Amino acid sequence: MTVTATAPPRAATGAAHSAAAGRRRSPLLTLGMLAAFVYFLLPLFWLVVAATKSTGALFSSFGLWFGDDFALPANVRNVFTADGGVYVDWLLNTAMYALVSAGGAALLAALGGYGFAKFAFRGNRLLFGAVLGAIMVPSTALVIPTYLIFSNVGLVNTPWAVILPSLANPFGLYLMRVYVEGAVPDSILEAARIDGAGEFRIFRQVVLRLLAPGFVTVLLFTLVATWNNYFLPLIMLNNPSLYPVTVGLANWAARASVGGGGTGDVIPLVVTGSLLSIIPLIAAFLMLQRYWQNGLTAGGVKQ
Amino acid sequence: MSVMTVPPSRRASARRNGVGYLFVAPFLLVFVAMLVAPLAYAGYLSLFREQLIGGVSFSGLDNYIQALSDERLLDGVLRVSRFFLVQVPIMLGLALSFALALDSGMMWLSRVIRLGIFLPYAVPGVIAALMWSYLYGPQFGPITQLAEALGLPAPNLLSSDLMLGSVANIVTWEFTGYNMIILYAALRAIPTELYEAAAVDGAGAWRIAWNVKIPALRPALLMALIFSVIGSFQLFNEPELLQRLAPNVIDSAYTPNMYTYSMAFISQDVNYAAAVSFLLGLVIVVVSYTVQFAVARRRT
Repeated sequence: MTVTATAPPRAATGAAHSAAAGRRRSPLLTLGMLAAFVYFLLPLFWLVVAATKSTGALFSSFGLWFGDDFALPANVRNVFTADGGVYVDWLLNTAMYALVSAGGAALLAALGGYGFAKFAFRGNRLLFGAVLGAIMVPSTALVIPTYLIFSNVGLVNTPWAVILPSLANPFGLYLMRVYVEGAVPDSILEAARIDGAGEFRIFRQVVLRLLAPGFVTVLLFTLVATWNNYFLPLIMLNNPSLYPVTVGLANWAARASVGGGGTGDVIPLVVTGSLLSIIPLIAAFLMLQRYWQNGLTAGGVKQ
Repeated sequence: MSVMTVPPSRRASARRNGVGYLFVAPFLLVFVAMLVAPLAYAGYLSLFREQLIGGVSFSGLDNYIQALSDERLLDGVLRVSRFFLVQVPIMLGLALSFALALDSGMMWLSRVIRLGIFLPYAVPGVIAALMWSYLYGPQFGPITQLAEALGLPAPNLLSSDLMLGSVANIVTWEFTGYNMIILYAALRAIPTELYEAAAVDGAGAWRIAWNVKIPALRPALLMALIFSVIGSFQLFNEPELLQRLAPNVIDSAYTPNMYTYSMAFISQDVNYAAAVSFLLGLVIVVVSYTVQFAVARRRT
């Protein structure tokens, strides 16, 4: 697992490659990929369409096109006012859990990855090996014992129950180590030391800056993992005002599927609530594209 | 004054290496508290058993012996194994072809298409499952609507015959784009000289893909495969959410993970649940190593 970054990754040279120096383009290939594109976006299109419909229209009109009525504003209003406005709590909880977990996990991984990559302390290889092995430990095998431990120390049903387990990200540490090896040359560290900078100042002012794309990558992917987490909060929390959006929506959906009749009005809540909750993450991915794509490429530079 | 005998530079570097502990300590602290300790605790719990009379008592490997002959558990393990053997090759095959197509530079709109295929990854699994369950549904699902409009019998995607395929479709929808991006990133990291050399030798796009690109992707593919092993054997969210629409098809032991969940929180048998999740972890580690071994052997 050594870094062989002899030639600059092509991502760094940017658009030059994608033009492929006048290589022939294939309509057939493009068409095939467009079909895949449609498959992957169609459910999201359905979600947008469904969020504009009232319960009645949902059942009476064709699912993949807009109905006569435009109930989106009413649906959005209902989402934010249902059950005393609990949806706002869910969104804020999700954002808080995800940001704290992802920020913490990325920082721990950056510190640790740098420590493992650049310091030959005793036990380095052994400890790193132990962390690598843990990548394969299924998180669900951990959730039940963690729940029992947390319930003994009174952490169950608090935000910490969701945040603490998400801070340990062995794969993030691994990525960071690979990234440090590729992006932080020893010569820069030596130069900073000769200038008399302390080790932690070097980390803060030199290393973190060089690590930015890798840091954003680990941050973003941990953000997605915690934003999308369902199993852990489902087990750890039973107070609806602490739920993240995933558990909350699943609860609404359960109410919607209990039976027909009046519960049918919950379906637009689930649909519109789902749509609103995925917008922030999609926006984050689109806006931070350059960072995470370069970060992934750097993470891929390994044999 | 023995310190004086050590040359200053070596002393400085030894002290500096000691600083390494301070850098890795925060991670390791959380690692021990959140991974090692729960794992050890689960192992400990799995060796005990709660009796109606006499409370909790040491039972050795009884829980494991019980688990190995527990038909509901074995059914679940078989089901997720089948899922793994069918869904993962389809998903990774698609991801690989998409990544190669994008990297070939022979497409229009490749940037838009790449992002579009990746987008489902940003959708939480819970929401993906809810969305697809409505799409599959017989009441207002467009699949049923289309079939009826064409006068065809609507497929019951939530029946016991098709359920596993329906779950597989959701998981494929969620993660193909993610794997594609990982593979695509690995492709971009291949030094250009390799292609140029192959092109000079007169190799076409297909030859280059097969002889240069795919071998270079081996580590990234292996990683994707290992994560897919873990994901398949831990399957929970999608079937748990579909269960509400088809409670007769998906029972509480549909996947091993659903089984441990219901053991721990509905039957309140945490000792047995701990043993089952330990065994499940073991299955995952064994399958992961088998996969790695198989891939490593092929190379030689």
